[in-house]
Amino acid sequence: MVVDQLDDAGIDRLFQALADPTRRDIVRRVTLGEYSVSGLAALYAMSFAAVQKHVAVLERASLVSKEKRGREQIVRGNRDGLQNVRRLLDEYEDIWRQRAARIADILEEEPK
Amino acid sequence: MTVISSTKNPETLSLTLVAEFDADVERVWQIWEDPRQLERWWGPPGYPATFEKHEFTPGGEAGYYMTTPEGEKPRGWWRFTNIERPHRLEFDDGFADENGEPVAEVGAGHATVTLEDLGGRTRMTVQSTFESEEQMTQMLEMGMEEGMKEALGQVDALLAEHSHA
Repeated sequence: MVVDQLDDAGIDRLFQALADPTRRDIVRRVTLGEYSVSGLAALYAMSFAAVQKHVAVLERASLVSKEKRGREQIVRGNRDGLQNVRRLLDEYEDIWRQRAARIADILEEEPK
Repeated sequence: MTVISSTKNPETLSLTLVAEFDADVERVWQIWEDPRQLERWWGPPGYPATFEKHEFTPGGEAGYYMTTPEGEKPRGWWRFTNIERPHRLEFDDGFADENGEPVAEVGAGHATVTLEDLGGRTRMTVQSTFESEEQMTQMLEMGMEEGMKEALGQVDALLAEHSHA
């Protein structure tokens, strides 16, 4: 989700979510690599339930995404990370489309 | 239209592109096998690729550089992990230093190319997977980003050339 696509309520959720130091730390960590909720809970001096609540706040603000994997809940950064990957893949797609066009060009040069 | 479809998967850092060509499988295989043909299409216009090494055999290595309009020569490497002539080819690829040695910190990507016979025509599928976002960025920064923008403006010229061929 991009900031300029957020409505006022969305911006409020975003700022509230980031107003807490634990939540900011969670975002920083899961943007670099995925964590299970229990893995995150082990990092902070608070209960599993409290960490789960923080993750839920971040999820509502579209800062992270959560998915069930077996008995674990996996949390991942959902902010610029995926946005950036998409942009990079778009660029690679363009590169390959142009390569295919150049290949077609070479193939058509010769009489069949 | 040459490119039939492309699929991007941000979760697995992969891109799949399917293209069809009006030539048989043997002929399309040559554009990978023959380094002189390969370097005509690998780099974007204005960023020609030069393959100094192209050991087209399983376990073999390829080494190339691109020449940027500024005269810089960013280098890349491939290592062929599988070659099943003329239908399948796989290689790891990455960024190389001035001496052509793989830059380990950047990591490697992996490409799988398959060629299917469509009764004289050929369907080529390229699947490109990256190890990390950093690696994707690094590879893009091999002068390709600028060249790509330039290339966009040249697609029309390329198509016009087709009609004269």
